[in-house]
Amino acid sequence: MSILVYTEVSKGKIKKASLEAVNYAAYIASKTGTSATAIIINAGETSLDDLGKAGASKVLHVNNSAINTSDSQVLTRILNHVADAEGAQMVIFSNDLTAKAVAPRLAARMKAGFVPGAVDYPNTDGGSFSVNKNVFSGKALATYQVNSAKKVISLLPNSFQVTTDGAAVAAASFDVPADLLVSRIKVKEVKRESNELSLPEAELVVSAGRGMKGPENWGMIEDLAKQLGAATACSRPVSDIGWRPHHEHVGQTGIAIRPNLYIAVGISGAIQHLAGVNGSKTIVVINKDPEAPFFKAADYGIVGDAFEVVPKLIEAVKKFKASQN
Amino acid sequence: MKILVCISKAPDTTAKIAFKDNNTAFDENNVQYIVNPYDEWYALVRALELKETLGGTVTTISVGGADMEAIIRKAFAIGADDGVRIDGEPTDTYFVAAQIAAYAKQGAFDIILAGKETINYNGSSLGGMLAELLDIPYISMATKLDVAGSTATVECDIDGGTEVIECDFPLVLSAAKGMAEARIPNMRGIMAARTKVLNVIPVIAADKLTEVKSYTLSQGRTTCKMIDAENAASLIEMLHNEAKVI
Repeated sequence: MSILVYTEVSKGKIKKASLEAVNYAAYIASKTGTSATAIIINAGETSLDDLGKAGASKVLHVNNSAINTSDSQVLTRILNHVADAEGAQMVIFSNDLTAKAVAPRLAARMKAGFVPGAVDYPNTDGGSFSVNKNVFSGKALATYQVNSAKKVISLLPNSFQVTTDGAAVAAASFDVPADLLVSRIKVKEVKRESNELSLPEAELVVSAGRGMKGPENWGMIEDLAKQLGAATACSRPVSDIGWRPHHEHVGQTGIAIRPNLYIAVGISGAIQHLAGVNGSKTIVVINKDPEAPFFKAADYGIVGDAFEVVPKLIEAVKKFKASQN
Repeated sequence: MKILVCISKAPDTTAKIAFKDNNTAFDENNVQYIVNPYDEWYALVRALELKETLGGTVTTISVGGADMEAIIRKAFAIGADDGVRIDGEPTDTYFVAAQIAAYAKQGAFDIILAGKETINYNGSSLGGMLAELLDIPYISMATKLDVAGSTATVECDIDGGTEVIECDFPLVLSAAKGMAEARIPNMRGIMAARTKVLNVIPVIAADKLTEVKSYTLSQGRTTCKMIDAENAASLIEMLHNEAKVI
């Protein structure tokens, strides 16, 4: 018996959110007297050492170029097969876009209770299992009790600090039967923004809205983000009018993020925007309108013109970085 | 082409969120329910656009009590042909998926659409469970959907980008922003909605694999520390020393 945790590679490394999911699985395993098994598909030449270091007792590598990793049906069959082979009663995902397609499918296939987007460790007292997730677009937490013996949990990224201080374990290759790989989905095109920091995984995010007045003014936002090592994001109106790419849009209709630091420049803070960012640990709002509703949801606020404030922040970050070296 | 659209109700986005019975249930007092926006704006409207250009039917399906009826009639007013209400409390997503799957199995639907999530439970799970119970492909977070013959071409979000996928019928999709623009029902639609057929069918036995035991309101931020614009640089010190995030 073990806890299976689904992990992925991105840009030649194990995804940070995957390591967080391994940490999470290892913690639950330690509480429930079992162990965590990480599974990764088509990792290529990427080192899998971090999976063991993050707490996996066993690492399974399914390496088969015939796997259509864009097909949730194929991934579900594979994970179900591995869970059966490993006797896993629980499967953990990081709640990213893959998990949104695969985790509910797998839960239905295993007839496992599913909690999407858990935000903390489960309570496993006396053999019970309950865990919290955000509901009402972040306005409340709900405690979900899972009644079934089998469970699928997806963890909201950036819920915990990632640790990789354990020992690496050698990955074992795991073959899956060819009949699991039948796919009806054909991928025609993949458009991926190349070298940017992944927004859902980013610990620091600098975001801007209509207050920037035009796409030509984003240089300073990108510069501030670069100096901080932050990802960039934007509000809905800005992505709607095409000033910024759609995948940068955070909020109810875009993606929900919970970085350690969210700096919002020239964003008024509509309720739909807040729904996507109110899980952030620290929120800074910079807006020239003192009545902007975002100030009510912020930890730090600066009333001022972005074109004056942001360059000052860039200089201050440069000085701060120099003082740290 | 036969399209099935899963419709859920959700509290109006401006509704005050409160709980009752010792924080074990959502307080519906004074709450106005709407069609879950993702189900309406994106899933239903795109289904109607496809029907209008290619022909076919759009059926809505919902799990809920008689109070769902106003929500379903709204979907009719926008243009759905008919609807099904499965008469039970939609407490657990697996339970809901099992109900809809049992109906869909008899219906020979080409495309089944759901919104990317409900705005109250934010689970994003119905479409995936439904596809698995029907053993057909599922594409989540679809932002574009086109159909030629019996093939759907779908653009969907992936981490850090988008993917264009082709898939033959039948398939399940969850609809995200980009699929369509919201429609406002016109008077003719509202009048026609009254006479469209809404079939009410009983629930089938299905397990409730999860249940919500209690709710806690999120603690809003109580104080925002204001920093003078002239002194903006001091923010960076505070973020380091106080908030400890950099």
